[in-house]
Amino acid sequence: MEYFLELFFSGLTRGSIYALIALGYTMVYGIIGLINFAHGEIYMIGAFTALIVASVLTVLGFNQLAILLCAGFAAVVYSSAYGYTVEKIAYKPLRNAPRLSPLISAIGMSIFLQNYVLLAQTSDFMPFPALIPEFEFMEPYAHIVGSSELVIFLVTTLVMVLLTLLIKFSSIGKAMRATAQDKKMAMLLGIDVNKIISITFVIGSALAAIGGLLIASHIGQINFYIGFIAGIKAFTAAVLGGIGSIPGAVLGSFILGWTESFATGYISSDYEDVFAFSILVLILIFKPAGLLGRDKTKKV
Amino acid sequence: MLSMKNVQAYYGNIHALRDINVEIERGEIITLIGANGAGKTTTLMAISGIVPPRGGSINFLGQPIHALRPDRIVSLGISQVPEGRHIFPHLSVAENLDMGAFLRKDKGQVKEDLEYIFDLFPILAERRAQDGGTLSGGEQQMLAISRALMARPTLLLLDEPSLGLAPLVIKHIFKIIKKINQEHNTTVFLVEQNANLALHTADRGYVMENGRITLEGVADELLADDRVKQAYLGL
Repeated sequence: MEYFLELFFSGLTRGSIYALIALGYTMVYGIIGLINFAHGEIYMIGAFTALIVASVLTVLGFNQLAILLCAGFAAVVYSSAYGYTVEKIAYKPLRNAPRLSPLISAIGMSIFLQNYVLLAQTSDFMPFPALIPEFEFMEPYAHIVGSSELVIFLVTTLVMVLLTLLIKFSSIGKAMRATAQDKKMAMLLGIDVNKIISITFVIGSALAAIGGLLIASHIGQINFYIGFIAGIKAFTAAVLGGIGSIPGAVLGSFILGWTESFATGYISSDYEDVFAFSILVLILIFKPAGLLGRDKTKKV
Repeated sequence: MLSMKNVQAYYGNIHALRDINVEIERGEIITLIGANGAGKTTTLMAISGIVPPRGGSINFLGQPIHALRPDRIVSLGISQVPEGRHIFPHLSVAENLDMGAFLRKDKGQVKEDLEYIFDLFPILAERRAQDGGTLSGGEQQMLAISRALMARPTLLLLDEPSLGLAPLVIKHIFKIIKKINQEHNTTVFLVEQNANLALHTADRGYVMENGRITLEGVADELLADDRVKQAYLGL
C-alpha cells in the first residue's frame, strides 16, 4: 500500500509539471491553432534562469526563501519575454500563411533555442540547488511523499485556480475566449487581437517557467535538452485531454503522470514511454478529439 | 459624419471596390443595396478596417480612419454587426454582451445599457446564462445587434440583418433598428439584399453593382425608379 501511495504521489508530481507545460500548448493552440514546438524550450530557459539567479544569490548569502522567490520571479519574467519575442519573430509574420509554415517555424525556433543554450551552457548536466525547503512536519511521510512533491502539487493547484478565474471572469480572459472562437468578430468589437495573442503566449510561458523551476529543484539537475523531452510529454498530455481545452490539458497531464509512474513502479522503467504513448494511441482511436476536446463540426 | 471618397479595395487580386463615394449625415438611416457579390460587405469591412482600402480616403467626424486598426475604429464609435451574426458560440449571452462593451471603462453606464438592451429584447435577459450558440437565428440576430449597441456606437453598420430570418422576426428587428435610430440618434448604415424592406426603412440609399455605386438618392425616389424596380424589387 505504501508503495502504491509513493507511486501515486510521484505520478501526481509528474502530472503537475506536465500540466503546467501542457496549458501553454493548449492555450496557444486554442487561440491561433498552432502547435508551438518551441514551448518546451521556454520551460528549459525558465529552469536555467532560475539556476543562474539562485547561484548568484547563494554566493551573496541570501536565505532560502528569498532565493526561491527571486529565482521564480526572474524565471517567470525572462521566460515570458522569450515567449513574447518568439511569437513576434517566428509566428506573427506567418499569421495568414498556410498552416504548415508556422509549424515549421516553430520547430526551427525549438532547435535554435536548444542549440543557443547548448552553446552558452554546454551539454553537461548542471546541478540544480534544492530551492524548495524540507518541511519538518513532512518527515514522518518522507518515504511516501517528499516536501518538494507537496509544494509542486500545491503550487500547480494554486496556479490553475488562478488561471481558471482569470479566463472565466476577467475581461481579458473573456476576450481570450472570444478571440479563440472568432478572430474577425473579436476585431469588430474593438479587441486588439494581436495583444490578446501576445498575452496568451506570456501566460503560457510564465506557467512553463514555474514548472521548469519546480521540477529542476525536485530532480536536482538540468541541461539544454530537458525542454524537448518534457515538451513532447506535455504535448502528448494536451492531445490526450483534447487540444485547445484547458481542463482537458490538466486531466491529460495527470493521466499521463500516473500511467508513467505506475508503469515504472510495477513493470519496468524501460516501458515508461511505451505506456505513455500507448494510452495516447488508444484514446485517439476511440476519441479522436481527445477526452474533453470539442468535436469540430463544420457548419455548412 | 462619415465620408468615403474614391475608395478602392482588393480581395487578393480581385478589385472589389472601385471609386466608392458615400456620404452619411448624423442621425440618418442609409442603405446600400445590390446583388450578391456587388461589394456591399467589402464596403462595410473597409469602413471597419478589416479590409483596409488601397486607395481613396474614409473620414469619420472629420478624422481620417482608413489607416487605423479595427480596434481603434471601434473606439471612435463605429460598430458593425457582420453578415451571419458571428455570435461567439461558447460564450454565454451575457458574456457576448460583455464583449460588446470591451473598450468601455464606464462600468455604471454599461450596467444601465445592459438593462436597456434587456428591455429592448426581453428574450435575451431570459437566456443570459445560455451559450450563444444555442440561440435560434432570430435570437442570435437580436444578440448581435445588442452586442454592437453595448459599445454605444454613434454609427452602426448592419450587414444583412434580415438574412435567413422569419418574416415576423424581420419585422420586429427592423422596428428596433428604427427605434434605436430615433431614441439615441444613432446613425445606421444598412446593407441589404431585401431592397424593398431596406428602402422602406432608410432615408437615403445607394445601389451597388460590380464594385461600383451606380445609383443614389432619397429612398422614396429609388423605390419609384424604374431601374431599381426592375433589378431589385421584382416589379
